[in-house]
Amino acid sequence: MKPPVVDYARANSVAEAVDLLGRYGDESKVLAGGQSLIPMLNMRFAFPTMLIDINHIKETSSVEVHEDVVVIGATVRQSGAQLSREVQSHVPLLAQALPHVGHFVTRNRGTIGGSVVHADARGEVPLVLATLGGQVVVVSASGRRTIEAADLFVTHFTTSIADDELLVETRWPAPGRSWGYAFREFSLRHGDYALGMVACSVHREGGVVQEASVALGAVADRPVVLKEVAASLVGKPLNEPAAVAAGKVVTESVNPSSDLHASDRYRRHLAGLLTKRALLAAWADSGGDLS
Amino acid sequence: MTWVGKPLKRIEDEALLRGRGRFIDDMDPVPGAYHAAVVRSLYASALITGIDTSAALASPGVLGVVTGRDVADMTKPFPAAIDTPVAYMAAAVDEVRYAGEPVAVVVARDRYLAEDAAEKVVVDYERRTPLLTPLDALESGSVASDRSFVYGDPVERLSEADLVVRHSFTFPRWTGAPMECFGVVADWSPGEEALTVWTNFQGPFTLHTVAAAALGLTRSKLRLITPEDSGGSFGVKAGVYAYVVLMGAVSRKLGVPVRWIEDRLEHLAASGASTERVTEITAGFTSSGELISLHYDNVEDVGAYVRAPEPATLYRMHGSLNGGYKVRDISARNRVVLTNRCPTGLNRGFGGPQLYFALEGTMAIAAARLGIDPAVVARRNLVEADEFPYTTPSGAIYDSGDYPACLDDVLTVSGYADRRHMQADARKEGRWVGIGIACVVEPSVSNMGYISLAATPDERAASLPKSGNTEGATIAMSPTGGVVVQISTTPQGQGHRTVASQVVADRLGLEPGDIEVVSVLDTHVNAWSIASGNYSSRFAGIGSAAIAKAATELADAIKTLAADELECSVEDVELRGGKAVVKGAPDAAVSLRRIAGRAHWNAESLPAGVSPGLRFTSFVSAPNLAAAADDDTIASSAAHGFVADVAVVEVDRDTGSVTILDYTSTHDAGTLLNPRLVEGQISGGFVHGAGVALLERLVYDEDGNLITSSFMDYLCMTATEVPPLRSSHIETPSPFTALGAKGLGEGNTMSTPVAIANAVRDALGIEKVELPLTPPRVWELLEAMP
Amino acid sequence: MDVSVTVNGYVYEEAVAPRLLLSDFLRHTLGLTGTHVGCEHGVCGACTVIVDGTSVRSCLMLAVQVDGSNVRTVEDLADGADLHPLQSAFHDNHALQCGFCTPGILMAAVDFLEESDSPTREEITEMLSGHLCRCTGYASIVESIHLVSRREGTKE
Repeated sequence: MKPPVVDYARANSVAEAVDLLGRYGDESKVLAGGQSLIPMLNMRFAFPTMLIDINHIKETSSVEVHEDVVVIGATVRQSGAQLSREVQSHVPLLAQALPHVGHFVTRNRGTIGGSVVHADARGEVPLVLATLGGQVVVVSASGRRTIEAADLFVTHFTTSIADDELLVETRWPAPGRSWGYAFREFSLRHGDYALGMVACSVHREGGVVQEASVALGAVADRPVVLKEVAASLVGKPLNEPAAVAAGKVVTESVNPSSDLHASDRYRRHLAGLLTKRALLAAWADSGGDLS
Repeated sequence: MTWVGKPLKRIEDEALLRGRGRFIDDMDPVPGAYHAAVVRSLYASALITGIDTSAALASPGVLGVVTGRDVADMTKPFPAAIDTPVAYMAAAVDEVRYAGEPVAVVVARDRYLAEDAAEKVVVDYERRTPLLTPLDALESGSVASDRSFVYGDPVERLSEADLVVRHSFTFPRWTGAPMECFGVVADWSPGEEALTVWTNFQGPFTLHTVAAAALGLTRSKLRLITPEDSGGSFGVKAGVYAYVVLMGAVSRKLGVPVRWIEDRLEHLAASGASTERVTEITAGFTSSGELISLHYDNVEDVGAYVRAPEPATLYRMHGSLNGGYKVRDISARNRVVLTNRCPTGLNRGFGGPQLYFALEGTMAIAAARLGIDPAVVARRNLVEADEFPYTTPSGAIYDSGDYPACLDDVLTVSGYADRRHMQADARKEGRWVGIGIACVVEPSVSNMGYISLAATPDERAASLPKSGNTEGATIAMSPTGGVVVQISTTPQGQGHRTVASQVVADRLGLEPGDIEVVSVLDTHVNAWSIASGNYSSRFAGIGSAAIAKAATELADAIKTLAADELECSVEDVELRGGKAVVKGAPDAAVSLRRIAGRAHWNAESLPAGVSPGLRFTSFVSAPNLAAAADDDTIASSAAHGFVADVAVVEVDRDTGSVTILDYTSTHDAGTLLNPRLVEGQISGGFVHGAGVALLERLVYDEDGNLITSSFMDYLCMTATEVPPLRSSHIETPSPFTALGAKGLGEGNTMSTPVAIANAVRDALGIEKVELPLTPPRVWELLEAMP
Repeated sequence: MDVSVTVNGYVYEEAVAPRLLLSDFLRHTLGLTGTHVGCEHGVCGACTVIVDGTSVRSCLMLAVQVDGSNVRTVEDLADGADLHPLQSAFHDNHALQCGFCTPGILMAAVDFLEESDSPTREEITEMLSGHLCRCTGYASIVESIHLVSRREGTKE
């Protein structure tokens, strides 16, 4: 279990990294936290010829709060985001999800940007980004562009980011008060890839749901945002019957596959169960009355 | 002051905590060793139609490539206790029989380069359909051994039964997965035609003989040396001997020392595993719950080859077919089948988890069907305290115990009666709480002859009988009075050095800190025998006995010298505080340092009966371990502990999660040599047992590829999944071991899987459960319920 | 490539291949064999060391990545004859058996206790869930870390 032969370059700025990406393109891999990439190298599942280390880029290592969005630099560590007061108060959904990402030591190294780009369909960070309708900003030699979360995740381990583009920012909407959030996942062991996960946000006004977002992970090849389910909640209080009904719709509409650890039936059931639990928790978090 | 029995802290810890342990990969015992990477079969069953090594040989830093054919030219098939239908070689030659089987070995300057080149070895395969389950193998006639045993008249007794339980139990394939993988440094000496190997082998040293035979090395031409430290084993590292042969052959072929450190993917795919066993039980009970007839139909999957010591997993418990119960009429049919999966081998519990999953599962099912509390059923059947030593129908001699007292103790400590009330209350609230009981006899110090039961009495008669369980130790006192002990029990974390220091300190009147204990085993140096090593929980029973005997011989020599010095009789001398003292006359004393000095510096002065050098090697063999008898009975182990467990679980009907609310375990392991280490062994054994109950399983896809191939998918228990354990002890010393101690590290690995399974049975009111009870699998059970 | 790195207070200048793992660099290039390798895919935690003040898996970093960094391994924990409080607690509570996983757990726990003021048992357990130990059953490890976290004045 040793990595194959590979070259290494350390980029000290976004410009340097973009230049290297331009030169090496699809033969290269950007090395951020490395918590997924290096195992793949050690197992010889990936054979890049060049690793572009972005860990020393200062420009991408901070968390900034703008008016209605929190910008998390690509190389902010998962642990850094988890402990960030800005993230905790403005993107609580992400703060709730991060403790489920790997373990204490791997979060010290793993980055927010890396989790997004890795695009694991079982990843917590992509799911939260999709739920919140966030964005990422990528830079290449030809400029800078913003990609909506909805257009970002293509399939397993694949995003719409081009080979010569570097992710520099992740942008997390922070709409403010009277929103409630909940993240729920179920895994066989703490820190494992979940068998099912649900993230949701609920905007409560006048005792009813004004707006909502519900997304599921680990049921398809990318995060699945269930717009119809969210829409069905609007205009009503999010009580137990409403949550149960939404869960039922989820169970019937998702189409996960069976694997080593769980059958498709179980995963469907779990998706519905977690949806119900997450919705009720989000409603309570928004200040909604559960009775 | 008596040190044995005290919860002494370990002398092993200081080095380990500082990162100064000496594990196999920390050592560089031969200069200039090359690094090996193994090319492994991609398929579970295939013919090898060609191997092209040219690209690998041209790869940078490569010294050579050794193929299975090359290995076969230098080695012979490994012998085993039964005639094997397919020859087991250190590497595949024309045919691969499991995914991960060694096909060739690449040797290069470092491991990185070796792995680069290993990828360039091109092997052509012609794939065949693999056999992947015990029952498929049985149907296909892939049977390596088929033996039947009858004790008493179980058929007649079954006809008298009020209740007959027929049930099929499957115990899954899993592995102890030690944190340190295998490691071998092999150094062939041309001219001498001898091989020296440093390896984290754990014994049994029967396998040294097996390895030497495969290498064609006679006399003492195979020298094995184990490092001071080994990163766990749980039985698994017995299997490293196959790589001793493989790397020995590679070193011989290429003429350089070769170093191979197994990685985790190799370890999970190809090091070894527990057997998967399908047991069909037919058991007869009276209406009051007395077990009167018991039949086992065992189908044991040992994987692709019968790799020594297999089929030992099936016979290790043979004397204990009755478990802790009085049932006298028992039969068993044992079929060993070959599949296209990694060969099996030692794994904590070694046959016990499989046996008790069936037996204790049957007891729980019977109790439920009879409507009698399972604790009452167990109590009704347990061997009574006044029946020891108790000879079982299949020949084990249970040395000592008070099984009913253990059961009573665990019922008290667990608050069993209250738990039953709580369970009833929980059910009213719609919560599914269940309580499971397991009572297991935990054998230790196995009989070297038990595996021969796999052969018929006639076949056994044709070879030399095997019996006993021998261990040796050496103790020496230096010219300045220092004491060094050499043990041959190859510890892997159990704390043998600490216990050895306690045993010796007691006999020499010293403190444990005065004793140096060396755990390195060098087969050219140590006092070892065929049974040596670390398995069958044999340290407490026999390893400690060898140490005690050697220390006693040294103490006797010191006393003889002191008596001469102090002009008193030997009987009047006692050793304490670093001195030899005349009993009742504390002023009449001489220091051990002075006595040691005299023994070494003034040999001419030694009194009769004291030989020069103050170095003693002693061997002991456990008593009452006769060879297998013509009636197929065997005293399969020397000592027998007892474990009684109560598991309380709750099943979450939404997710299928099984949460252990409480787990209580009462052990009777005879005299406890070091209670601190005892708790560590029990806690670890429990978590292994809980692991196979709830999470751990080796899974293969339909092509025979291991899909739990990394630690991402082979789910070892972690801290967050570990339930609380409460342990309690009763001590009935063994009359058959020198210090009264019995093994105890395997008991919970035997009892916990079935105790948890029984608790889930109880919670759900069902009989059929499969391990591991992961949430998705339990949920499927719930869905299937009416 | 050239790497200049401070490990346990000593500066090392070494030429290494870019693909050399930090774990192998520490163990085989520098001879610091206290850091153990148990899985090489980041799950078992045995190889955990501290890089620039933060605990990381050394099997998931390349040696070239620590050029200019400060690395601390288990060999640096004790102060001469005196064990680190965590090492002492592990000894006192029988929190190690084979000792193979121990260095990684110690290094993670050192970092964890520097970050968390008075962690609960649950928080300790959760931290520890990133480390595999097959011998102890974990309870004694949780207990040891908990005890150290409760003692005042033991932090560095």
